[in-house]
Amino acid sequence: MTIPTTFLGYRRENGRVGVRNHVIVLPVDDLSNTACEAVAHNIKGTLALPHPYGRLQFGADLDLHFRTLIGTGSNPNVAAVVVIGIEEQWTRKVVDGIRATGKPVSGFGIELHGDHDTIHRASKAAREYVQWASELQRVQCNLNELWVSTKCGESDTTSGCGANPTVGDAFDKLHAAGCTLVFGETTELTGGEDIVAARCKDESVRAEFMRVFDRYQKVIDQHKTSDLSDSQPTKGNIAGGLTTIEEKALGNIQKIGRKCSVDGVLDKAEMPTGSGLWFMDSSSAAAEMVTLCAAAGFVVHFFPTGQGNVIGNPILPVIKICANPRTVRTMSEHIDVDTSGLLQREITMAQAGDKLLDMMFRTVNGRLTAAEALGHREFVLTRLYESA
Amino acid sequence: MIHCVLHDPRDSVAVVVVEGVAAGMKLTGLVLDEDRTLTFDCVQDIPLGHKVALKDMAVGDTVIKYGVDIGKVVAPILRGQHAHVHNIKTKRW
Repeated sequence: MTIPTTFLGYRRENGRVGVRNHVIVLPVDDLSNTACEAVAHNIKGTLALPHPYGRLQFGADLDLHFRTLIGTGSNPNVAAVVVIGIEEQWTRKVVDGIRATGKPVSGFGIELHGDHDTIHRASKAAREYVQWASELQRVQCNLNELWVSTKCGESDTTSGCGANPTVGDAFDKLHAAGCTLVFGETTELTGGEDIVAARCKDESVRAEFMRVFDRYQKVIDQHKTSDLSDSQPTKGNIAGGLTTIEEKALGNIQKIGRKCSVDGVLDKAEMPTGSGLWFMDSSSAAAEMVTLCAAAGFVVHFFPTGQGNVIGNPILPVIKICANPRTVRTMSEHIDVDTSGLLQREITMAQAGDKLLDMMFRTVNGRLTAAEALGHREFVLTRLYESA
Repeated sequence: MIHCVLHDPRDSVAVVVVEGVAAGMKLTGLVLDEDRTLTFDCVQDIPLGHKVALKDMAVGDTVIKYGVDIGKVVAPILRGQHAHVHNIKTKRW
């Protein structure tokens, strides 16, 4: 298949290209979820992103909180943002961060106003934004302007031999086309870290990758109660036939294909500074990692699954790929791309990769993913340690 | 029909990719990296997604999948048997 060189996206004020046109109502903290959900209820076509955090965090954990919220609002899949926080000051910090993109954003502090007045004022702003956004049109954009993330979940052995190498084949093709790509899941590289290190484009990237990998291993060593075998592989992984973390990691790594180099290393929710394949130091928990990808600016996600993870994201379309014939049969409403034919030699790996790319183009041009149609909007912020 | 797949010709285990694999069946395995098949006898029932041993292995042996080390044998395994958490364990953590 010759890959198309263009797609239809929304070009934002800062030049980045989105594939969705959301107006979001973003809480700075847990206390503001109620007001945000009330605004989203009042104004049709807007989306509240409730979450449980944002109070008494400090240091690197607080930095990550702000980076995730600002990154989510800044994502080019988002047209405009209403921010609501309990306090004016932190609310303004999030608003100012998002405003740097040039997109419309307003902030509302609840203190000294109460929920009623805040919801009233924020609903007025949300109505203006959603009507303005509804008139924005898709325009032709170049393929190399597309940012694509990947993370797998509820993996089993069919992930390693079917769904993940399908993503790998597509990533090899997108890397050659000049796209910006990311993978992560630091702990789930355990047993395959040497393979990733060998794929790093130069010594400095390799040294940074190994520094990040070793740091996470120390966290595991510090907190593990036995050998972590109750958590990695997960009970679902083991039910699906995965036995050890090494086996899981080697399957995981199939997602980065065979040709593309690892071009740089990112902190959690950090935005890439150039095209190529980036490694993001991240948790392997599905919703945490996908939320971090959205906050880093990625606009479409490849999610291979074996046993059938049902995850979605509020702003990032999540395309599910599955090669397990039983999961494809029993959970068909969750699967966007069926590559189970790979395991019966009915299709080649190159054909499987093309099948995924075809679905990617349909998705970025506007087709809803299974997770979007089903209403999966998991928005899960990563925490680094206890609150103050 | 392909009953199981292995990634690399050096692998000591293969992944069962169909339902209903049972003791006494003759299995066809696909070597993904070489696009060729091999056949062997299955001696235990093995669920979809679980691994079947391609050779006899003793306690302490290294299990090979994707052509590399995925863990150690902790209980003896015979060719055609089910290979999983009851006889293989991680070398990490």
